[in-house]
Amino acid sequence: MMNKEKIVEVKNLKQYFQAGRKRIVKAVDGVSFDIYRGETFGLVGESGCGKSTTGRTIIRLYNATSGEVKFNGIDVHGRKSKKDLKQFNRQMQMIFQDPYASLNPRMTVKEIILEGIEIHGLIKDEAKKTMRVEELLDTVGLNKEHATRYPHEFSGGQRQRIGIARALAVDPEFIIADEPISALDVSIQAQVVNLMKELQEKHGLTYLFIAHDLSMVKYISDRIAVMYAGKIVELADSNELYKNPLHPYTRSLLSAIPLPDPDFERTRERKIYDPAQHDADNAKFREVKQGHWLLCTEEVYKAFQGNQ
Amino acid sequence: MDPILDVRHLHVFFDTYGGTVQAVRGVDFTLEKGETLAIVGESGSGKSVTVKALMGLVTKPAGHIPEGEILFEGKDLTKLSDKEMQKIRGKDISMIFQDPMTSLNPTMKIGKQIMESLILHQKLSKSEARNRAVELLELVGIPDPASRMNQYPHQFSGGMRQRVVIAIALACNPKVLLADEPTTALDVTIQAQILELMKEIQRKMETSIIFITHDLGVVANVADRVAVMYAGKIVEIGTVDDIFYHPKHPYTWGLLGSMPTVDSDDEKLMAIPGTPPDLINPPKGDAFAARNEYALQIDLEEEPPMFKVSDTHYAATWLLHGDAPDVEPSEAVKKRMKGIAKGNLSAGKENR
Repeated sequence: MMNKEKIVEVKNLKQYFQAGRKRIVKAVDGVSFDIYRGETFGLVGESGCGKSTTGRTIIRLYNATSGEVKFNGIDVHGRKSKKDLKQFNRQMQMIFQDPYASLNPRMTVKEIILEGIEIHGLIKDEAKKTMRVEELLDTVGLNKEHATRYPHEFSGGQRQRIGIARALAVDPEFIIADEPISALDVSIQAQVVNLMKELQEKHGLTYLFIAHDLSMVKYISDRIAVMYAGKIVELADSNELYKNPLHPYTRSLLSAIPLPDPDFERTRERKIYDPAQHDADNAKFREVKQGHWLLCTEEVYKAFQGNQ
Repeated sequence: MDPILDVRHLHVFFDTYGGTVQAVRGVDFTLEKGETLAIVGESGSGKSVTVKALMGLVTKPAGHIPEGEILFEGKDLTKLSDKEMQKIRGKDISMIFQDPMTSLNPTMKIGKQIMESLILHQKLSKSEARNRAVELLELVGIPDPASRMNQYPHQFSGGMRQRVVIAIALACNPKVLLADEPTTALDVTIQAQILELMKEIQRKMETSIIFITHDLGVVANVADRVAVMYAGKIVEIGTVDDIFYHPKHPYTWGLLGSMPTVDSDDEKLMAIPGTPPDLINPPKGDAFAARNEYALQIDLEEEPPMFKVSDTHYAATWLLHGDAPDVEPSEAVKKRMKGIAKGNLSAGKENR
C-alpha cells in the first residue's frame, strides 16, 4: 500500500476503571497504533483483554484515562464544541456485537436507520428520507418491505445488516466493528463479511475490526494487532502474523483455532501460554522487523537485530 | 451391536399464531456407544429442536411430535409420560446448554446445583452427594473444588461456569450427552480446553455425544460422524472424512465454501445466498432449491430421497440420481475439500 495516510492515530492510550474503592482495572494499558485510510485493521484477543474497550474509547464512548486518539489529525478526546463533536460522530460509526441488544425494540427499522440522518439533518425531505432508507436496505441485502418492521421480527444476520445500514446512513469514513459476526451462523457470517468488504471498496471505508475469530480476522484484515491483558503484544501484516508469529501468546492463540480439516485436527498440538515466562516490567513495544511490532525486552529485541 | 439411540422419522411441530411451524420434518439417525455425532446447520435448521425432543423438552401444548419415534434402549421416548421422562432426563440422557451464563441458577451455590441430580436420581445421601460433587468438579478441572462448592455462579468465569455445567451433566454418568453449542460463547483458548475435556471424559466413560455447533472447525475437531441439517431435515450424513473431503450435497459445499482458508485473502467467500425457508409453509420439493445454484427442475417438484454414497455416507440431493447431470463443486470448495489447513500446518512446523 503506497501513500499511507493515517486516519486514526492512537498513542499510549490508557483506560482504567475504578472497581471498588482501592482496585483499579487497567482495561487498556498503554496502547499505540495507527490505522491507515482504506485498510482493515484487525484487533484480536480473548474476552477481557481490552479490545472492545479500545474500540469504545476510540469512538469516545468512554473518556480515555490518558493518551491520545487522533482522527484525521485532530484529537478526539479533550474539550470539544458541540459542533465539532457532531461532525466527528458522523465520520466515525460503530457496529456492535450483539444484534439483539443494539437495536431499540420500540423503533421500526426505518426509524432506526433514520435516527442518525435526522440528528445530523442530512436529509430534510420526507420522500427522500424514505428513498434513502430503501437504498440502504438494498445495499445491505434487505427488502424495502422490511422498513416498517420491528427488530424482533428479524433473524440475527438480518439484524446485523440493519446495524450496518444504520452505521452507513451518515456516510462515515471510519467504522469500528466490534465482533460484528460472532453471533451469526457460518453461512451468514460469510454474507456479512462479503458485504463489509464490498462496502469498503465502494465507499472507501476504513475498518477497525474487533474479533476473537482469528480465521475470519485474517481473511478480512490487512494488518492485525493481538491484545493480551490490556496491551498489544504483537502487530503485523495479517499474512506475516500467521506465517511468522513471534509472541508466545500469538502462537498459543493460533494453535487453539479449530480448522475445518479433520486430518489437521487429529494431529493438532496446542501451545499453552504462560505469561510468567516474560519479564513484563521491562517489555516495550518495538519494531523488530519492517512493519512487525512486538512487545519484548531489550535482549529479545537485540537478538532480532542480530539475526538480520 | 445395537445403537444406543435410534431416531426414526422424527417430526416436531410448533403451533403458533402464524400457523404450524414444521421445525423438524422427518429426521433419521442412530448414535452408537462412545461415538460423537455432530449436527451442523444454520439457526432455524431444527438442530436444537431435534436435541430438545430427545430430552423430552418440547414444550406442550404448542410443541408436539406428530410422527416418528426415538428409541433409547428399546423404549420409545416420545411415548413416555412426563414422570417417566423425568427419570431418564439428567440420568441416562443429559444436556449441556449453550449459554453458561443463563443455564445455572444464580441464587444457588454451585455445589448444591451439582448435588441436586445426585440426590434425586442416584438416591445418594447429602454427604455422599457432596463428596461426589467435589470429585466431579475435580474431573472437569476446577482448581480447589472443595471451596468452590460454596460459591455462586457469578464468582466463576465463563469457561469455569461451562465446566460446572458439564459437571452437572455428567453427575449421573449419562449414557448420552447432548451438547448444544457448548463452546460457542467461549474464547478459542477456553474452547480448546473444554473440547479436550469432553473428549477425555468420553474416553473414560464411553459416553455417546451429540454435539450441535455451526463451527465447522469444532466439528472437525470433535466428531466421528456428521449430520448436516437444513430446514428440518438431515440433508447429508457421513463420517467426518466423508463430509469434509467428499461432500456431495450442495448445501455442504456452501458451508465449506463460506469458511476462509489460509491463503484466500483475495477471493470472495462463497456465501450461500438468501436465507433459510419459512417452515410454516415449507417449499415444495427440495427446501434448499431456492438457494442452490445447482438446482434441477425436479428439485422444485419432488423432494430428493436419501441416496447412498457409501456404507457410511448418505446425501439427499437429486444430483446423485443416475439421470442427473455431472456437477462439480466450484474450485474454491474443491480447494477446501483437499484440506483447509495444509498451508497452516506447514507454517506451524516452521515455527517449531
